[in-house]
Amino acid sequence: MSAEDVRPTDGEPTIHPEVRPPSDEGERGQDGRRLQHAEAASRPIAAPKVREKQPRGAKIRGDRPIDQAEAAERFLAAPLHQAAHDERLWDLRKKRDTAAHGIPEWEELREIASSIKAHTLSNLDRYLEQFEAAAKANGVHVHWAADGADHNRIVLGILRDHGAKTLVKSKSMLTEECGFRHHMAANGIEIIETDLGERIQQLDNEEPSHIVAPAVHKTRMDVAEVFARTLGTDPENDDAHYLAESQRETTRPYILNADAGMTGCNFAIAETGTVVTCTNEGNADLSGNVPKLQIHSIGIEKLIPRIEHLGVFIRLLSRSALGSPITQYTSHFRGPRAGTEMHMVLVDNGRSARLGMEEFWTSLKCIRCGACMNTCPVYRRSGGLSYGATYSGPIGLIIDPTFNKRKYSTLPFSSTMNGSCTNVCPVKINIHEQIFAWRKVLAEEHQIPLLKQGMMKAAGAVLSRPAAYRAAIGTADSALKVLPRFAVYNPLNTWGKKREMPETPKQSFHAWYKQNRMGKEAGK
Amino acid sequence: MSAREATLAAIRQNRPAGDHPLPVVPRFTPLVGDDLVEEFGERLKRMGGRVSGGPDPLAGVRERLDAATVIASAVPEVAGNRDLSAVQRPQEVDDVDVAVVRAVFGVAETGSVLFTEGELVVNAVAYLAQHLIVLLDPADILPNIQAAYLRPEFGRSAYAVLHTGPSATADIEGVLIHGAQGVRSLTVVLLPRQA
Repeated sequence: MSAEDVRPTDGEPTIHPEVRPPSDEGERGQDGRRLQHAEAASRPIAAPKVREKQPRGAKIRGDRPIDQAEAAERFLAAPLHQAAHDERLWDLRKKRDTAAHGIPEWEELREIASSIKAHTLSNLDRYLEQFEAAAKANGVHVHWAADGADHNRIVLGILRDHGAKTLVKSKSMLTEECGFRHHMAANGIEIIETDLGERIQQLDNEEPSHIVAPAVHKTRMDVAEVFARTLGTDPENDDAHYLAESQRETTRPYILNADAGMTGCNFAIAETGTVVTCTNEGNADLSGNVPKLQIHSIGIEKLIPRIEHLGVFIRLLSRSALGSPITQYTSHFRGPRAGTEMHMVLVDNGRSARLGMEEFWTSLKCIRCGACMNTCPVYRRSGGLSYGATYSGPIGLIIDPTFNKRKYSTLPFSSTMNGSCTNVCPVKINIHEQIFAWRKVLAEEHQIPLLKQGMMKAAGAVLSRPAAYRAAIGTADSALKVLPRFAVYNPLNTWGKKREMPETPKQSFHAWYKQNRMGKEAGK
Repeated sequence: MSAREATLAAIRQNRPAGDHPLPVVPRFTPLVGDDLVEEFGERLKRMGGRVSGGPDPLAGVRERLDAATVIASAVPEVAGNRDLSAVQRPQEVDDVDVAVVRAVFGVAETGSVLFTEGELVVNAVAYLAQHLIVLLDPADILPNIQAAYLRPEFGRSAYAVLHTGPSATADIEGVLIHGAQGVRSLTVVLLPRQA
């Protein structure tokens, strides 16, 4: 134990003796080194102590097309938030590169993962039946939900059968997709999110802005404001440890007293009927191991054939998401504890239909790591909430229109077509090509609003902006070979408006290029 | 038509074209050196865990145990004062300061340890306790994650979990914080199984 590791005793009073004081922020390891696992930033990103109102997300007006550019505009008008957001996500992207480069077989792993997913998806009926049979043999109640409403109805039924009024849950994009929380609130069921980021978002009445780090768009001052308003914390105290500990202390009673617990699912194993969750906080394990009733919501595309295939996906997931070799907890739920009940809900919600979309079915391979979001220059500068959809960033652009073509018709234009998302995707989804394919589909179906059609003429404007032009041809090298010019230049004008390419994209390009080149060489 | 039948029918109708065989996953060469104990410890420490070894490995956790009011031990090597086998409801272990359990195995590639319901006795104690002490036989360390997933525990346990360091979050501005919802610390004690 080094001297550095000894915690100061004369510092500020803390609310728990184990909590680090603000003067020594960021956990240290046994040997005194600063630690960087989980979602940790590699160096402090603390936004300056200046109050800046948090920019809010896209305005939702029924089915009317989301104006992502308008919301992005407001995000960019909050420079402290924008800078912290950009830096934080770019840091995750760099850590992902380091982790990936540390594994000689990385490209081979991506290829295998992609093939396992392609195989499973093209035999999904068989694997779902196998999963169902295995789960039933394990004593699990298996349910099938055609869509989000069906899912919510099934879960409400399970809860009512048990007289359950409160439910603790761990982060699940699927339940966000189903509008689960809002539906349950309307039916008198209290839902408590137990992931810190998700809890922050729940208390602030916002949707998650990032699939891995839901509150990544908020500064600590924003969190202090939310907690002061909702948990009664000191509004002047924006120490991250104080805030996290306050959340822990206020959530624990809910966990202990909840009638039911719920988790999402990262991987569902057909051969054993196992639900696998990957978390850093251990909140899925609390949700699954404390209440007497546990429910796991599973998107049907989460299936993989065998346990041994986790040896591929677990190695890719956290390294792609955070740059960590693994999440703190990788949990395998296979059967109920003695005296408890376990339910699994298999949710379709458009997935089986997407399977039939020749150009888009491979988007079902997604393992929700968020790497495409972290690398995307548009996402990093506009924030996840600007997309006005459950799934934001590049993966959102190609999934969201399958849910609602009109509402999300503008989203495939929020891309520079630089292809970085495709290059970092651990299951090799050709994201940028699908973004382009969606533009064609939406144009053919006249879903593109006049606003965007006007942009078709805008190539000249982009070409007259040297900085934007250089950035476009620099990063879009591969895309330019296969795409017509208007597809490449037109969107840049949309989101490039008022957004001179700053320093970071150059840096990101160099890093991307290095990674891309290396990737290509490794593939040879 | 039930949701089950509708989903399965749609999948059959929409089956993607082409041949998509299940790939054979090669056995990759472990990325760790031959000294699995050293490699395991180094990686666990990077993930926020602690390691206690040497001739008297329990010495490294003596202070932690002495300071604890409630100790729930699932191992014969450490005496506790809370009998896990007598626990009726998981909520009862909320007041545990230190839980002591033995890992089925460790994984050098990541610094992870595996538990099933058999080792934990009360699953929730590994999360509701303030601190977790893990006994691990150095002979039980596997080289990598791929090797771990060839073990039979995953196919036969109701619950199996890999812990890699303590509960952690960095959801607020990337500041790393241990003890997000679960244990505030995890210490692995390198102690061979009793014969």
